[in-house]
Order: sequence, then C-alpha cells, then structure tokens
Amino acid sequence: MKIQKILDIFAVLMVCVALYFAFIFAPSEKVMGAIQRIFYFHVSSAWIAFFAFFVTFVFSILFLIKQNYLFDDIAESSAEIGILFCTIVLITGPIWAKPAWGVWWTWDPRLTTTTILWFIYAGYLMLRKFIDEPDKRARFASAVGIIGFIDVPIVFFSIRWWRTIHPNVVQEGGGGLHPDMTKALLISVFAFTVLYAALLLKRTHIASLTRKIDSLEG
Amino acid sequence: MSEPLIQFSKVNKKYGHIQALKDVSVSFNKGEFISIFGPNGAGKSTFLKLLCTMTGPSSGDILFEGTPLKKLKDDYRSKFGVISHQPFLYSELTALENLRFYGGLYGVEKIDERIKEILTKVELYKRRNDKVRGYSRGMLQRLSIARALIHDPEIVVLDEPYTGLDTHASGILTNILLELFDDKKTIIMVTHNIKQGYDASSRLAIIKGGKFVFNDEKSNISLDDFEKIYTEAVSK
Amino acid sequence: MNYLRTISAVVKKDLLHELKSREIVVSMLLFSVLTVVVFSFIFEPGSEFKNRVVGGILWMSVIFAGLLGLNKSMMSEVDGGNFSALMLAPVDRSAIFFGKAISNFLFMTIVEAITIPLFMVLYNVNIFNTGFLPLVVFFLGTYGFAILGTLFSIISVNTRTREVMLPLLLLPVMVPVILASVQALNIYVLGNDVVESYKWLKLLAVFDIIFTVVVFAVFDFIVED
Repeated sequence: MKIQKILDIFAVLMVCVALYFAFIFAPSEKVMGAIQRIFYFHVSSAWIAFFAFFVTFVFSILFLIKQNYLFDDIAESSAEIGILFCTIVLITGPIWAKPAWGVWWTWDPRLTTTTILWFIYAGYLMLRKFIDEPDKRARFASAVGIIGFIDVPIVFFSIRWWRTIHPNVVQEGGGGLHPDMTKALLISVFAFTVLYAALLLKRTHIASLTRKIDSLEG
Repeated sequence: MSEPLIQFSKVNKKYGHIQALKDVSVSFNKGEFISIFGPNGAGKSTFLKLLCTMTGPSSGDILFEGTPLKKLKDDYRSKFGVISHQPFLYSELTALENLRFYGGLYGVEKIDERIKEILTKVELYKRRNDKVRGYSRGMLQRLSIARALIHDPEIVVLDEPYTGLDTHASGILTNILLELFDDKKTIIMVTHNIKQGYDASSRLAIIKGGKFVFNDEKSNISLDDFEKIYTEAVSK
Repeated sequence: MNYLRTISAVVKKDLLHELKSREIVVSMLLFSVLTVVVFSFIFEPGSEFKNRVVGGILWMSVIFAGLLGLNKSMMSEVDGGNFSALMLAPVDRSAIFFGKAISNFLFMTIVEAITIPLFMVLYNVNIFNTGFLPLVVFFLGTYGFAILGTLFSIISVNTRTREVMLPLLLLPVMVPVILASVQALNIYVLGNDVVESYKWLKLLAVFDIIFTVVVFAVFDFIVED
C-alpha cells in the first residue's frame, strides 16, 4: 500500500517535470515548430507499450511454469496498460505526421508494426473477456501473450522489407537531436516508466482483488 | 496390506483464490469400488482430474503404487478408462472406426478381436458399421462405455455415469461394473444417486468443501446411517 | 516412433472423418472459390492493373477459407468431448496437436489444389510463369497458417464467442505470413526475377520453424494446468 502511494506521488511529480521539459525547456524544432513537441510523448508511449507487452510476455511464461495466478494478473494488467499507450502512439503519430509529412497516415514500418501490435493485444484482452473459467483463461491467454510477443520482431522485419520495395517510402526526420531535446526525451521516457509502474501496481492490485471476489461468489 | 493403489498425500489444488481441494490425504486399494458423493462444486471433478493427470496438484503428492505421478510418463494414463456424461465419440464415424482409433491410441493389441468382445458385451456388435450419428442416446452411452474399456483398464473412473441413462443402458452398465469388480478392477465413481452408489460399491466417500468428510468401507455403515451423514454433511 | 504413430493415427482419423462428412473441405472450397469470383469485381476485366493484385486475392481467399475450416475441424473434436478423451489417452499430447495441424494442412492443400487452377483460368494469369516456386510459397505459408491456426482454434472453440475469436487472434499474428506469401506471389505473377522472392521464402521458413518450436514448447502447459 505504502509503495503504491509513494509511486503515485512520484509519478505525478515526474509527469509535471516531463511536461516542463517538453514544453518549456526543449527548444522548438526549426522546420516543424511546436508540433514536434508531441514527439516526446509519442516516443515515450511507444517505449512503454513495447515494454508493457514484454512484461506480459515474461509473466505469461512465468505463469505457465509456476501456475501462480498473481503472474496472470500482472500479465493481464500490463497488457491493458500496454494497449492504452499503444493507442496513444497511434493517435499522436498521425497528429505529428500530418504537419510533418503532409499525410495523416503512412505505412511506415514502425507505425504499421505498432498497429499490428495493437490488434494482437486487443485480441488478447478480448480473449480474456470471453473465457469464464479462470484456469482456462489464464492458460490460453498466456499462450497468446507468448506467441504474440515473439511474433512482433517478425512482423516488423516483414513490414520493413515490404516498404523498402516501394521507392516512395517516407523518410523519418534527421537523426541529430539537439542536446536539450535529448534531455527532454530521456526525462519524458523516465516519467512514463514511473507512471507505468504506478499504473501496473494499481491495476494488478485490482485484478487480484477481482479474483478474490470471484472466488467468494463461486 | 500392501501398498495402496492410489494415494493422495496432502494434496492441495488452487485456482487462484479458489481452493478446490484442501489438504486431501486419502488412499484407495486395488479392487475397491469407491463411490464418491458430494454437492456441486465440492471438488469431485477436480479430484477426478487430478487422478487422471488432466491437471496437476498445487502442492502435495499423488502416488500410484507408491510412485509419484510426476515421475510416471504418459503411459500412466493407460491405467484409466473414463466414462463421463460426454460420449467421447466422433459422430461421423462408425462404432468400429471410433473404437479402432481410440484402441490405436491406447496401443491395444489384437484390436479387432477386442472390439468384437467389447461390442458384444454392450450389445452393439450388429450395429458396428453404423455411423454413431444415427445412434439413440442409450446406444451412444453403451458405446461410450465400450470405448472407455477398450484397453481393459486397471482403474475405471466414472463421472456421473447414470445421468440420463435409459434403463437398458443402466442395466448393462451395472452388469459391466459388477463384472469389473469381480475381476479385481478398481472402480471410482462420482455420483448423485446415493442408493445406486451405496448398492454398487464397497467403499463410500463424501467430499465437501474440498475435503473428504467421510471415507469408510460400506460394511461398516448401513444405507440409512449413510444417508443421514450425507444430508448432515451437505446441509452444513 | 510411438510419437509418429500417434500423429498418423490422428491424421488418418481426421481424413476418414472428412471423407465421410465432407463438411470441412467442401465448405472451405466453396468459400475460397466464391471469394475469388467476388474479388474479380474490383477491376475491369482484362485490365493490366490486375496482375499487381491477383497474388493477394488468391492468398487471401485461401486464408479466409482456412479460418472457416480450422473452426469446423476443431469443433468436431469439441463436440462430444473428444478433445478431453484425446488428452486422456496415454500418448504425448503434442503429438495429438501436430496430428491435428497436419490434418488441417492437408485440408487446406486440397482446397488450394482446386482453387489455384480455377483462379488461373478465371483471372487469365499463370502464377507458374517462372517455375514452380509458388508451390513452395503455398507449402510454407499453409504450414505456418495451420500450425498457429490449429493452436488458436483450440483456444477459440473454448471461448463463449467461438467463431469470432479465431480471426481476431490469428490474422494479426499471421501478418508476416500474409505479407511474405503475397509479395512472393506478386513477383512470380509479374514475371520478375525470382531471386527477389528468396528473402520472402526465407521469412516464411523462419516463421514456420520458430512457431513449430514455440508451440511444441508451450502446448503441454496449455492443455494441462
């Protein structure tokens, strides 16, 4: 309980700091202007989404080995948070893309992979909803959690090969970031990670309480 | 008395917070006919699942002739024949094809002779080349008994076998069970029907709330007393 | 050896079951041919543009038919509780799985063997312009589809929604197989250098190997907890 509180406060503080760094501290990008500032949250969300799905993957394996339902709760919670951040990526992406590239959407490998990722884990969460028996739900969801994550790099490479066939691939903006931009990005990533940890702790707590209530009813 | 055939030693089975079996220690000897009673959700089906390695215990050990199940391979499952309320049959295949397939999985030798023998016993040999789809419910259940016994298992596990059985089929089942009992096979039956279970078996057990609250030989208790104990145990 | 005998027993049983009921292959075949016909309304008959998309149409018709067949094939196991009975049998449970996967693979192969020639006639294209590599694409792609599809069909028939869950789970995970197969087929249809297609074939092979191993590793854990 106590760790949760501390983490909550820390997450709120860090998000404020990250906001300051993203909107005030970091310089404006010369070509794109203010819109580029969405980049800090876009990249951080993408990082959290991938990390969250990785956590689901790890705890799915652990569940199958150890049969500890807490691991199943963690896997579920992390996937749910992951899909939230994945959604943020898919929303901020087009907002940034429109002024930067002139189109809302491009079938860029990263964006496309993220979309597929979103579908894989939407399926994962839906599957959980549609199985009533807790042990079956946990086992089957673990299988999807494991296979889904192993699939991600293969999806990414296949999409990258596919896009490089077509010459009109939109190139990402230049690699060189202003040092202050790098700082803002790192702080934003850190803040999101803390936020993720706080959310995961809360969500897992709720999941295991739900499990307890279900067992009392049963 | 030699080693018990099956021994549960402090077996727990948890599904999250739900504890289906609590610290169950119980043993059954070869040649016993055990009837297990209990209300819904008491842990009867979990007990059967553990027995047939459809699931593993959360803690504790299950021993077969003194060897933990964990150390036994897939072959262990051939000791069992399971008769459930589900037929376990392919409706598009004939009786013969179904039994050939399952017999094959169990590595039954001289399969055709065995099929003839078992189908004759359940009075279905004449219909062996008919699709299961066209079978009546009673026939389906008789065939399902034949399927479970195709490999001549040492232990016969029955999960509510009399549910929905017509008189003919239930008569055949009773005869087969008596025959198996005479053959020194071990029979473990979960049922709701107290009278039927009492009459057939040599040992009675009650599961309630994940525990064996009663487990004794039939010769030690009369039907009336047992019914009283059961009602008391369930109503508590 | 026993492992292989179990696989072949399951496959033989499935083929026999299908021979008698003809439920799976016939419905898959009708669906895939229907898809091919319906998709032809996308473009003007005889337009040159079609060559760029026909590979995709052919492969997607096979995939959608496959989704249909996988569900049906697993339903025959779940109806009557046969799947539990199979898990009770004294055999390696993953052998049962691979038996089912091979059956599904064979059903899809039969459907492809009829759909592909029909497709070539209806669309007036020859996918074997540059040799018989398309067969490799279909072999590898169908295998990958069958292996994960069989696993996911076991999962989906255990849910409340049954049919709906399978495509939702399977299609996103199948993206590499779909992409690789379609891209490779396009190369053959357009008559481009077949060397370009090798990387797609490799990708399919890698996908197949990885998921064969993964499924082999997790299957036992999934069916017994």
